Amino acid sequence: MDMSISSGLRAIKEASVWAPTKISARGVNVHYGTKQALMDVNVDIPDRSVMAFIGPSGCGKSTFLRCLNRMNDTIESCRVSGSITIDGQDIYGPDIDPVELRSRVGMVFQKPNPFPKSIFENVAYGPRIHALAANKTELEGIVEESLKKAGLWGEVKDRLNESGTSLSGGQQQRLCIARSIAIDPEIILMDEPCSALDPIATARIEELMDELRRNYTIVIVTHSMQQAARVSQRTAFFHLGSLVEEGETTAIFTNPKDQRTQDYITGRFG
Amino acid sequence: MTDNSIDPTGVLPRRIDVRSPASSARLRARYRADTRFRWYGVAALAIATSFLAVLIADIFAKGLPAFWQHSLRLDVPLSAGIIDPEGKRDRTMLLGADYMGMAKSALAGAVPGIEGRAAKKQLNEILSTGAGDELRNAVVSNPALIGQTVSTKLLLSDTADLYLKGEGTRISQTAGTRGIATPSGTSGEITVLTSANDFSEALQAVKKDLQSKATALVAEADRLERLKSSEAAERIGVLRAEAKELQVRVDNPNSDESLDPNIPSRLVAINGGLVKVTKLSNSGITGGVILPLASASDAQPGTWQVQTYETPESNRNVKDAVVAYLERFRIQGQIEKGFNWLFFTAGDSREPELAGVRGAIVGSVLTLLVTLGACLPIGVLAAIYLEKFAPKNRLTDFIEININNLAAVPSIVFGLLGLAIFLNFFGLPRSAPLVGGLVLALLVLPTIIITARAALKSVPPSIEEAALGVGASKQQAIFHHVLPLAMPGIMTGSIIGMAHALGETAPLLMIGMVAFIVDVPQSITESATALPVQIYLWSDLPEPAFQAKTAAAIIVLLAVLFIMNGTAIWLRKKFEKRW
Repeated sequence: MDMSISSGLRAIKEASVWAPTKISARGVNVHYGTKQALMDVNVDIPDRSVMAFIGPSGCGKSTFLRCLNRMNDTIESCRVSGSITIDGQDIYGPDIDPVELRSRVGMVFQKPNPFPKSIFENVAYGPRIHALAANKTELEGIVEESLKKAGLWGEVKDRLNESGTSLSGGQQQRLCIARSIAIDPEIILMDEPCSALDPIATARIEELMDELRRNYTIVIVTHSMQQAARVSQRTAFFHLGSLVEEGETTAIFTNPKDQRTQDYITGRFG
Repeated sequence: MTDNSIDPTGVLPRRIDVRSPASSARLRARYRADTRFRWYGVAALAIATSFLAVLIADIFAKGLPAFWQHSLRLDVPLSAGIIDPEGKRDRTMLLGADYMGMAKSALAGAVPGIEGRAAKKQLNEILSTGAGDELRNAVVSNPALIGQTVSTKLLLSDTADLYLKGEGTRISQTAGTRGIATPSGTSGEITVLTSANDFSEALQAVKKDLQSKATALVAEADRLERLKSSEAAERIGVLRAEAKELQVRVDNPNSDESLDPNIPSRLVAINGGLVKVTKLSNSGITGGVILPLASASDAQPGTWQVQTYETPESNRNVKDAVVAYLERFRIQGQIEKGFNWLFFTAGDSREPELAGVRGAIVGSVLTLLVTLGACLPIGVLAAIYLEKFAPKNRLTDFIEININNLAAVPSIVFGLLGLAIFLNFFGLPRSAPLVGGLVLALLVLPTIIITARAALKSVPPSIEEAALGVGASKQQAIFHHVLPLAMPGIMTGSIIGMAHALGETAPLLMIGMVAFIVDVPQSITESATALPVQIYLWSDLPEPAFQAKTAAAIIVLLAVLFIMNGTAIWLRKKFEKRW
């Protein structure tokens, strides 16, 4: 097990030495009804980097991710307390509208979920509802640029009118990424984006994340420790609703401070 | 991490010996059970299908003849003096003329020599009371016809039509006659004498009929006697006396017989005319002339016949004379059978041959439009709210349960509700499609809400999440993405709900859409009736021709229902998206 981790580490780019904090969470608690899902989570996520959340199933990492764009608001029994700020602004504050927030914090889901519409319409939907394009030419420009950034343009440029659901799984997921970057968010949240994909498609998405982090802050939840090691600069380990340990990815995988992190990354549980 | 697969007690796990006889017996039993179950399924399906097949076959057998209608082609002189004596070609004048009278005189001209009020009345009975309508339409649309003689199809009456469709009597004819027949006149009451006892077979047949009648009377008397009822004693005496009287007539094989409407009618066709026999002996008859004879001269053997109308006149609606006229016209090729367009273009009528389903269809369509307009928006919006926006609390649960309860409320209760609220409280017009539609909307609303919710629920939440993820509001996510995807399901549910509403009768009875309405309704506030109610009304009428109309209306209703359900399936197949 140690061998595979260290081989994964070789892929890690040089961790950013210093970057301004983009997202900051302090004392975040989440309850689903009477059940507490997250306990006192404190974490800082640096700008323009990839942050990975790892941990066993049900540890709360997805819940926390969904707090960052207030997607949990759609779950009726869910209550969030504590503070989460983006660029110093409390996203649960009274002057923040969750719909507006989600246009700044894009999200890519576990299962590729393109709209059952054309590829063009999939990407154009966000810019259209936010009135980002003045006319059709501009809209086409945005769609092309987004698909290029998502590395999908070459594959779909001749069939933009075909249904988004006709693409392969990996293409669908890149379409979803193109859809979320079409409205130029600051942050992209990815909830296990590769768990439904084969290794080749996974590799493409990982390459893509590496490129995207030049412009966006990316937070990714993953079950694959190798993936976390390959793509992220910082890693946070969640266990039973608590954030156990957070730090530079290299440090977490080579020299974890907590025994539970050590057990998890060496495959003792999870 | 630990290995628990070895039982600590040391007992080895039990294995199934697949080669043991017990095991193979179990296997065989399992296969037998499988096969048995499959056959149960096939049997259940076969029973259900055969019921359906019998039902459909019965309805079609009864209803299909009603889609055809017989009419009589006659040359009708359109006399300018009758239609338009002032010569102004005024439309109201043209509309008001006595076309029926012209049709009747044309008919009298086609069968010359009919005398006497009763006979003329019977002749006119073969025409429908609406026979003049065709003439009126022709003249009003083309006044240039006035003064000409026009060959027109005159609608036949329901009894005449039914007779031509085979629901009257069978006619049989003696093979050949041996003697020379001498009629005593050409019209009125005449005698026909034959030189060779040509009527003996007929007489024997009459005696045989009398014999079987006498036997039946005796049997009935015996049955009453066995009951030992004191009240029946008098009746038994009457029956026995009647039977005895008949027996005397039967026992005397050569005595003359008087024919009555309770036994098959005999007629003599001679010299181009027809005589209905009233008195019969071996060598001659006395009878009334139905169709005048061309001459009173002797008829050679073989040129004249004795006919029998096998169903006794008292057992059928069509009189002997009418049968004779129709047969005459049939032989002359003047009877035409055509598709009964009137059935689809006319409103209700007391005369079966003039009654159509147009009024009922239009009434149903107007009612369904009101229903659709009322319950589709309300139902879909209610479903969206309940499914996507409503907080999950006791009130929502309560509403949800009661929507389901509402779907199970008997439809007549909705009718009473409509009567109390729409008619008595809001004072809306009675018998109107507006109220009918609203009542049916109440009935269909739960169905639409339930199916629309199911359709909304079947759209994967990931679609909504994706929209929310790019910064769409909840409402945008639902109206841009979820609702279009749910639409095929909602349409299917709505159409099935509408089909349900189309077949619903009971609530419409309550709000007065059960009236006899001749006019085709023009708006949703006019009095109207609906297709199922029309079926209900017709099924109650005594005229046999309405039985066929009832079945025909059922066929129309079923056809509309099949089309609606077919559309629902087609919509679902066409717009169903997969992801």
